[in-house]
Amino acid sequence: MRFTKDHEWVALEGDIATIGITAYAAEQLGDVVFVEVPEVGKVVAAGDSLAVVESVKAASDVYAPIAGEVVEANAALSDEPETVNAVPEQGGWFARLKIADPAQVEALMDRHAYEQYLSTL
Amino acid sequence: MRYLPLTPADRTEMLGAIGAGSIDDLFVDVPPAARREGFVDLPLVAGELEVEREMSAMAARNRTAGSGPFFCGAGAYRHQVPASVDHLIQRSEFLTSYTPYQPEIAQGTLQVLFEFQTQVAALTGMDVANASMYDGSTACAEAVMMAQRVTRRTRAVLSGGLHPHYVRTTETLAHVAGVETVRLSAAVDAEADVIAAIDANTACVVVQTPNVFGTATDVTKIAAAAQAAGALLIVVTTEAISFGLLKSPGEMGADIVVAEGQSIGNGLNFGGPYVGLFACKEKFVRQMPGRLCGETVDAEGRRGFVLTLSTREQHIRRDKATSNICTNSGLCALAFSIHMSLLGEVGLRRLAALNHQRARELHKALAKVAGVEILTPRYFNEFAVRLPKNAAAVLETLAGNGVIAGVPFSRLDHGAGMDDVLLVCATETTLPEDIAIFAHSLERVIHA
Amino acid sequence: MSMNSVGRPTRPEASNDVKPATLTGARGLLQDEALIFEMEGWDKTGVDLPDAPAADDLGDLVRSEPIGLPGLSEPEVVRHYVRLSQKNHAIDLALYPLGSCTMKHNPRLNEKMARLPGFSDIHPLQPQSTVQGALELMDKLAHWLKTLTGMPAVALSPKAGAHGELCGLLAIRAAHEAAGNGERKTVLVPTSAHGTNPATAAFVGYSVVEIAQTDDGRVDLADMEAKLGPNVAAIMVTNPNTCGLFERDVIEIARLAHDAGAYFYCDGANFNAIVGRVRPGDLGVDAMHINLHKTFSTPHGGGGPGAGPVVLSEALAPFAPAPWVVHTEEGGFHLLEHEVAEASQAFGRMCAFHGQMGMYVRAYAYMRSHGADGLRQVAEDAVLNANYIKARLSDLMSPAFPDGPCMHEALFDDSWLEGTGITTLDFAKAMIDEGFHPMTMYFPLVVHGAMLIEPTETESKQELDRFVEALRLLAQAAKAGDAERFKGAPFHAPMRRLDETLAARKPRLRWRPVAAAPLAAE
Repeated sequence: MRFTKDHEWVALEGDIATIGITAYAAEQLGDVVFVEVPEVGKVVAAGDSLAVVESVKAASDVYAPIAGEVVEANAALSDEPETVNAVPEQGGWFARLKIADPAQVEALMDRHAYEQYLSTL
Repeated sequence: MRYLPLTPADRTEMLGAIGAGSIDDLFVDVPPAARREGFVDLPLVAGELEVEREMSAMAARNRTAGSGPFFCGAGAYRHQVPASVDHLIQRSEFLTSYTPYQPEIAQGTLQVLFEFQTQVAALTGMDVANASMYDGSTACAEAVMMAQRVTRRTRAVLSGGLHPHYVRTTETLAHVAGVETVRLSAAVDAEADVIAAIDANTACVVVQTPNVFGTATDVTKIAAAAQAAGALLIVVTTEAISFGLLKSPGEMGADIVVAEGQSIGNGLNFGGPYVGLFACKEKFVRQMPGRLCGETVDAEGRRGFVLTLSTREQHIRRDKATSNICTNSGLCALAFSIHMSLLGEVGLRRLAALNHQRARELHKALAKVAGVEILTPRYFNEFAVRLPKNAAAVLETLAGNGVIAGVPFSRLDHGAGMDDVLLVCATETTLPEDIAIFAHSLERVIHA
Repeated sequence: MSMNSVGRPTRPEASNDVKPATLTGARGLLQDEALIFEMEGWDKTGVDLPDAPAADDLGDLVRSEPIGLPGLSEPEVVRHYVRLSQKNHAIDLALYPLGSCTMKHNPRLNEKMARLPGFSDIHPLQPQSTVQGALELMDKLAHWLKTLTGMPAVALSPKAGAHGELCGLLAIRAAHEAAGNGERKTVLVPTSAHGTNPATAAFVGYSVVEIAQTDDGRVDLADMEAKLGPNVAAIMVTNPNTCGLFERDVIEIARLAHDAGAYFYCDGANFNAIVGRVRPGDLGVDAMHINLHKTFSTPHGGGGPGAGPVVLSEALAPFAPAPWVVHTEEGGFHLLEHEVAEASQAFGRMCAFHGQMGMYVRAYAYMRSHGADGLRQVAEDAVLNANYIKARLSDLMSPAFPDGPCMHEALFDDSWLEGTGITTLDFAKAMIDEGFHPMTMYFPLVVHGAMLIEPTETESKQELDRFVEALRLLAQAAKAGDAERFKGAPFHAPMRRLDETLAARKPRLRWRPVAAAPLAAE
């Protein structure tokens, strides 16, 4: 698993990257009430908004950590947005991207570096 | 000054507690060049007697709708609001409370909004309604914006029967939002042109029924045509009492319904404050503008109500909000809801039937005046007539004779070439003698 | 003695503190009130109307389905709404310290004047000769607004503050377009701005760039200057700002914006702090909306209606939306409606008809009652009251900007709560138990755990002291570790804390005839 400074995580299997938000982000957000997942087929560049996650008091963009094409979106989240709070780094994933360049993922922070980053906040 | 409780002694003591020498010390950040000593063009403090005297004199220079035969409609309607409505809305806890952001101490307001939303959804025949908008015209404009968000298309077809003020308000907003508005020609039966105007880039068609000429239309076919093309049908109603007699827009297939709620609970007030009704299908609820009240439970498991789905609104989404609405029309929505509770189904249906009957009596009387042509075939409580003379001029003469005879269409849209068309309305407040006087006076003016 | 048998106890017996729960759920004067849809009133009506014949001329346009609306007799309706009203807090009950909302007393003379039939029973489209008094009132209100702000023109029609912001930005956009400056596509907004500012700018098609704030809570001039340029259409600044502070450099802010070819939009929500003492026109403002329901006392009504007329500079005046009230040669008044649209550069129309006449009448009664001297006193007392509260709480709570006076509102952050485990939200909810509506919380966003207190000028010193005492006691309790009092608060309000998560996850926005299972917290 790799992490970004915007609190997204990426898990790579072959050329499919699964993306979600970290436990830290989910906790900061509070109870998640709604998730807007991307449409399958959407092409995103690194830094583009991939999804929107809403709590009662806030709406946050989830950014694509790397470029790719959406091949799957987690539709279950529309009925059970609380999954994001319960298991943010497993069942609470937002979308799967088919990516061109796996090296981009390697270049992101690993868990140790992310945790160090968190301690500076 | 009667509204200012602080005494000179209070002020001195408080300045002492603050550690300031004078009140000017607290305004130290104001640039000296901007400090003003007084205003020569404005009067000084005045007691109630003086204020009342001046304002009563101004009010007396207006001719009230109730002072004689009166036949204006065209978007605002004179109805009898029961006396208890106005008393209830003046209760301190309703009049002087704020937006219900602290739900534990605002359940009065919140429960009213929940009931209001239910009443509006029932009247319009839709799944869900919001807690009110400023008025019907801004609700219409917001509905077009919503259709753009939902369909991601940028063309809106506005029927020629839509109230010209609503057209103009919608155009103003659409222009900046990049939505192209296509306004069809004004005509008594304008709805016949709508289907042909729908294309693959149409986000919505906006159809008013009863329209500004009074024409009541079954929009079922328009709904089907719009939806087949991937567009939304927005139905507009300016006379909310018509919901008591006519088939609801929801029943006819509308996607969004907007209406002016003024007729219920709220007086004419020279154009405002009014109350916009906004209702739509369930699947569009997250794209709705305006406030929404929802049901929930409290920490002890008791049912309560809160404002919800707030993430659509400006204070959270900021530059991604669904609209920039901050206020709804709370007290006017309360008045609407109280009046609706008093009427109930039985009373509303009866009231609507009465309005229609009065309009038919007016029709009958005016049809007998030589030279007058009734243009609207099927109407609720208002219709259009063609006069053999300029309608605005006839109106002015009739006003001089004590009859406020309606609204000349040229007042709303003078470029439509309908300077001889007069819009007339009758409600339950219209007396048979008013109608007789109107017909009689009209005859004299036309054939003078 | 002659006996009578009407003796009974007239002193309460000593109480033993045990309060049995009531048998029905009612609590003394406070009743649990069902929805009207849950009452047995489907075939009743509280309005006596004569019967009318069925409409036989409308064919299948006539509704055949029932609407689904209950009706009740007048006594039942009155009871329903009176019971509901008792669950609301209101200005008429206590100091309502909502920052930026200006919760001042709503004078009842305003209500009386608004209900004069000459103002309330007139139709917006009656012949203008029959409503000269109404047009005169609009003209007089316009005169007061222009004079108080030092601006030459005013657009009266916007129906609320946010609607006014929209109007102001539309005028600015129209002015740029007319001058051929269509490439100006950005608006600068301070980080402390109210959410309506960037929302409105985005809506009008502008991209929003934030201006930084200095450590003393003001617009960072250097940052602003760096961000101004040929692509900036306008700056939107609130003054006094949302931190309750007067922007000392406002004249310089205006000059910088104008030199860069941008307009200065001022959010007038905080006008109550300076009315009668400072004219925004003198500060270089080009457009400013005025919330009549804030500074000019029209009632908040549980969420509206409001009114947001916009004063405009000479440069923007030609673009004001229809309608315009003008003077006629005969000394009367005329409303320019569609004539405005053709013969001028008006950008369009904000709404049908002429605006919030009912609010104009109320605001005028208020202005006329106070007079220029009274309004000046309003600003002074508003500022005095806020500074008094700040001074009396600063030892226990942490003012966000302790140096120098505040204006009409005092801003605190939550650093004083550190280590207590109690949040701004908890503190606010505990205020409810002490009889006060909470202050504005978590706004402005630039201050952590913000608490923004605006008492207004219509509070007596006694009420201010009562408020300060309650907050001092609560602050002391928080610091002493009395977390129980805060975490579960409120305990004494008609309702406990409500589950907003549930409301947002499973939206139930109306009553439904078939009884669904009651919502249960997950």
